[in-house]
Amino acid sequence: MSVLDQKITTGREAASDMIQYVTVVIGGQLFGLPISQVHDVFVPESVTRVPMSAREVAGVLNLRGRIVTAIDMRRRLHLPPLEEGQMMAVGIEYKHESYGLVIDTVGEVLTLPSASAEPNPTNLDRRWAEISGGVHRLDGQLMVILDVDRLLGAMFTEPMAAA
Amino acid sequence: MDDLLREFITETNESLDVVDVELVKFEQEPNNATILDNIFRLVHTIKGTCGFLGLPRLEGIAHAAETLMGKFRDGAPVTQEAVSLILTSIDQIKDILGELEAAEGEEPQGDDSELIGQLENMSAKADAAMAGGGAAEEEAEAAAPAEEAEAPAEADAAEGGELPEQALERPLRPGEVSLDELERAFQETEIEVEVAEPIVDVEEHVEEAEEPAPAPVAAKAEEKPASKAPEKKKAGEGGEKKAAGGGVSNQSIRVAVDTLEHLMTMVSELVLTRNQLLEIVRRHEDSEFKVPLQRLSNVTAELQEGVMATRMQPIGNAWQKLPRIVRDLSQELEKPIELEMIGADTELDRQVLEMIKDPLTHMVRNSADHGLERPDERRAAGKNEKGTITLAAYHEGGHIIIEVRDDGKGIDVDRVKAKILERGLATESEVEKMSDSQIHKFIFAAGFSTAAQVTSVSGRGVGMDVVRNNIELIGGTVDLRSVTGKGSSFIIKIPLTLAIVSTLIVEAGGDRFAIPQLSVVELVRVQTNSEHRIERIKDTPVLRLRNKLLPLVHLSQLLGIYEGEDADNAIDADNGFIVVMQVGSQTFGVVVDGVFHTEEIVVKPMSTMLRNLDMFSGNTILGDGSVIMIIDPNGIAGAMASHASSSVAEAQEEEQEDLQRKSINGQNAISLLLFRAGAPEPKAVPLSLVTRLEEFEVSKIERSNGRDLVQYRGALMPLVYVNDGDCHKADGTQPMLVFSDAGRSMGLVVDEIVDIVEDRLDIEVGSERPGILGSAVVKERATEIIDLGYYLPQAFEDWFMRKEMDIEALTKKVLFVDDSSFFRNMLTPVLKAAGYDVTTCDSAQDAFDLLENGAKFHAVVSDIEMPQINGFEFCESLRRDPRFRNIPILALSSLVTPASIERGRQAGFDDYVAKFDRPGLIAALKDVFSGEMGAAA
Repeated sequence: MSVLDQKITTGREAASDMIQYVTVVIGGQLFGLPISQVHDVFVPESVTRVPMSAREVAGVLNLRGRIVTAIDMRRRLHLPPLEEGQMMAVGIEYKHESYGLVIDTVGEVLTLPSASAEPNPTNLDRRWAEISGGVHRLDGQLMVILDVDRLLGAMFTEPMAAA
Repeated sequence: MDDLLREFITETNESLDVVDVELVKFEQEPNNATILDNIFRLVHTIKGTCGFLGLPRLEGIAHAAETLMGKFRDGAPVTQEAVSLILTSIDQIKDILGELEAAEGEEPQGDDSELIGQLENMSAKADAAMAGGGAAEEEAEAAAPAEEAEAPAEADAAEGGELPEQALERPLRPGEVSLDELERAFQETEIEVEVAEPIVDVEEHVEEAEEPAPAPVAAKAEEKPASKAPEKKKAGEGGEKKAAGGGVSNQSIRVAVDTLEHLMTMVSELVLTRNQLLEIVRRHEDSEFKVPLQRLSNVTAELQEGVMATRMQPIGNAWQKLPRIVRDLSQELEKPIELEMIGADTELDRQVLEMIKDPLTHMVRNSADHGLERPDERRAAGKNEKGTITLAAYHEGGHIIIEVRDDGKGIDVDRVKAKILERGLATESEVEKMSDSQIHKFIFAAGFSTAAQVTSVSGRGVGMDVVRNNIELIGGTVDLRSVTGKGSSFIIKIPLTLAIVSTLIVEAGGDRFAIPQLSVVELVRVQTNSEHRIERIKDTPVLRLRNKLLPLVHLSQLLGIYEGEDADNAIDADNGFIVVMQVGSQTFGVVVDGVFHTEEIVVKPMSTMLRNLDMFSGNTILGDGSVIMIIDPNGIAGAMASHASSSVAEAQEEEQEDLQRKSINGQNAISLLLFRAGAPEPKAVPLSLVTRLEEFEVSKIERSNGRDLVQYRGALMPLVYVNDGDCHKADGTQPMLVFSDAGRSMGLVVDEIVDIVEDRLDIEVGSERPGILGSAVVKERATEIIDLGYYLPQAFEDWFMRKEMDIEALTKKVLFVDDSSFFRNMLTPVLKAAGYDVTTCDSAQDAFDLLENGAKFHAVVSDIEMPQINGFEFCESLRRDPRFRNIPILALSSLVTPASIERGRQAGFDDYVAKFDRPGLIAALKDVFSGEMGAAA
């Protein structure tokens, strides 16, 4: 957390065309979340299942007195569940409500020029493309930008349509 | 807008509400001096304050109204007309106040001279009436008290007859002070704060107004700042806190709702945190925190109670406007109506109060308009001409029950039925089967109104559904009882508060859930040897509870979290907890794995993403810090209903599978009805073919046109005997099996109904005797299986023709597709009797699935008229598949025309048989098999 706080302050000073990303790993793939959207990083504990909800919804949990809806990112990305190891979660806020994205691990904070982001490759899995805001080429690996609005926005309409 | 003015507006609005109510009362009891005094005093206060604040329009109206009321006090006859006029004036004052508030203290422009003129005329008339009628008091005497009673500012005006100008005259009369001076006075007196003081002002006001002091205006002006000042100070300190002017006897302060709301939220959070702390300490045996925490716990509980209490208001507050509304309605509709209010001091949370205000008003309007009859109708029905609407409120186990009752004509079931059909909300046959109370429920359906005409009061069709929605929104329920001719009553059950809900914590499928106590009627523990047992009707579990049968479903099934193999086994007959819930008039049992305890929880709204789940109304954090989902009883009730229908569908599927599985094993267990008729040996008929078992008095059996008939459900039903020459009993009751199809019924007369057994139907010995399909072993006895096909045409000759059929022992597998269960049940035994191994499907899709899964059949018999995929399409798609290209397919249809036969041939059917031509079907099957065998040979 302290790392994040520090990064946030440095983020303010960064040039406007530089964007800071909190990197997370989901199923071996590196993703980046704009740091301005990340409120917490926490270990999801005692998650209460929500029957009949969308399959991506891991459940609800108590995060310091707030009820947070946890989204299983592996399921969202149609990846197999994590075999073992501690899951992590990134707390974000969307439309004044708290959500937790359950991911594998949290990485470092990267500052990247917004100009270097490339659009999604056209052959990217449609289910991935719809939540990806572009791709950054890093040394040795690619970082997919997670578009929180699209990620959560799509989930609002889906269950509605199903209902 | 300054605080003083704001205070004035709030106070005046309250006073006006009281005046409304009191006036209506007064109209009914014109001689009650106490009521009149009360009204007079309130209006006078309003007038006085208006003058003081420099609100000429208000003052003018209030004054004129007051004058008129003064006449009443002096003994002028109270007329309805006069009261209406005063009420109009009150409305006008309210309007002006509203604008005043909106305009931040600017009195709106406008001319009230007309209204004032009317009021004066009325006063003059009242005078005349008093004089003319030779009233007890002399005029001079009458005039004097009137003067005395009024504030001296107007005293001279009353004599002078130039009332309006005087009344409309503004701020600075001799002896009055300007606002600036007042303001200064406020500042100066601010220091002398005495908490008890503010409350007295109204009293003083009134007293002082009523005593004929020589120059009270000045006194008033001084009195006022003195008493108002402390309030102002307080307002500065405590935000919105103000002294209540309305309460004369008890001391109270006004607090902004927001402040209370915030306080409530904070206390709720405090309670949660306390619970969490307690949970932690519980785990550490001798913690030094224990004692202080205990104390904290007690204080928190008290605090919570206290804050809750601040939110409580008597329900009478929500009823305040009703007497006036009823009075107006009574005049508009020309129906005398009495409004009775019981339990007005019942307290409930103000949030809830706000939310039921409108529904209540609507329901009272409805009762007045639809419920109560016109006076002449009432007279004709032998009732008191005056209709009564009763509002009753009382507490019942953590809930508040509000009843809106009228003694009118009750709900016209026939009209509701007609409306249901007209709006297509249910089919005629469904409506037929409904009980009256189910029919009544429809008035809560959207856009449902039975008022024949749209009146200005109701009948616009936007009524009861909105009422129900509003009530359900706050976790309440609304129920309706109606007795034709006696009246109807709406019973609203709502929680005392919305913020904290008492819930029952249960476990199902390994998770915990909270069920609001509001809808929990009782808990039943089921054990092997306890008096309550879970029984099953087919696979449907039910509980026999006292004298009712309760449908049961396991919570984990409803929520789709059952993890076992077979959902049917979710309910363990020997051990379980049943939460008996009532939602509306629907009562059902929800089976859970465990029941923990009850807990007061603070409902937190669900995240938007999850809000579409009907099953949950919210979630909360429990004492142990975990989140729990709160069950929405309405959602459960809805799911219960759909679960029932889906389980029927499932059951059908299973039946299908069973049939398939069992037919493969040659074990086809079906329910058979055993009976005796004509001979001692048992006879049997598939139960599914029997529509009903009936007993008729022998005297009811009539003879006509050479056959026996009974009147049954408005039609003549022919009776058929198993053996020719049998006859019905000579006396007593005659049991019979009723078979119905397509609106026609036949009664098969039997001697005795023996039993219903589940057994496989293997006709081992075919029969040449008409009416008997053959013999089978049922319950270890040789039993004759009745061929219904023989008897049906005896009742109606065109039912279908029957010929002797050939029994040929071919072990050919036949797939029989028909969406009508009647024909499936009818023809399956026929085909079986003819030696075929029959598997049935109720749709082409099922048949496809079966074939796809590798089931092999020698022939397919398919109905043509089926929903979704019809027989032609079914056949065509089978023919397109190389695997099924050569399988014989027979069409079975009730429609046999050259065109349809041609269409069938094009689709690829090998033969086309009329549905009732069963020998034809057997023959056609025989043909295709012999052809096939011939081809193979």
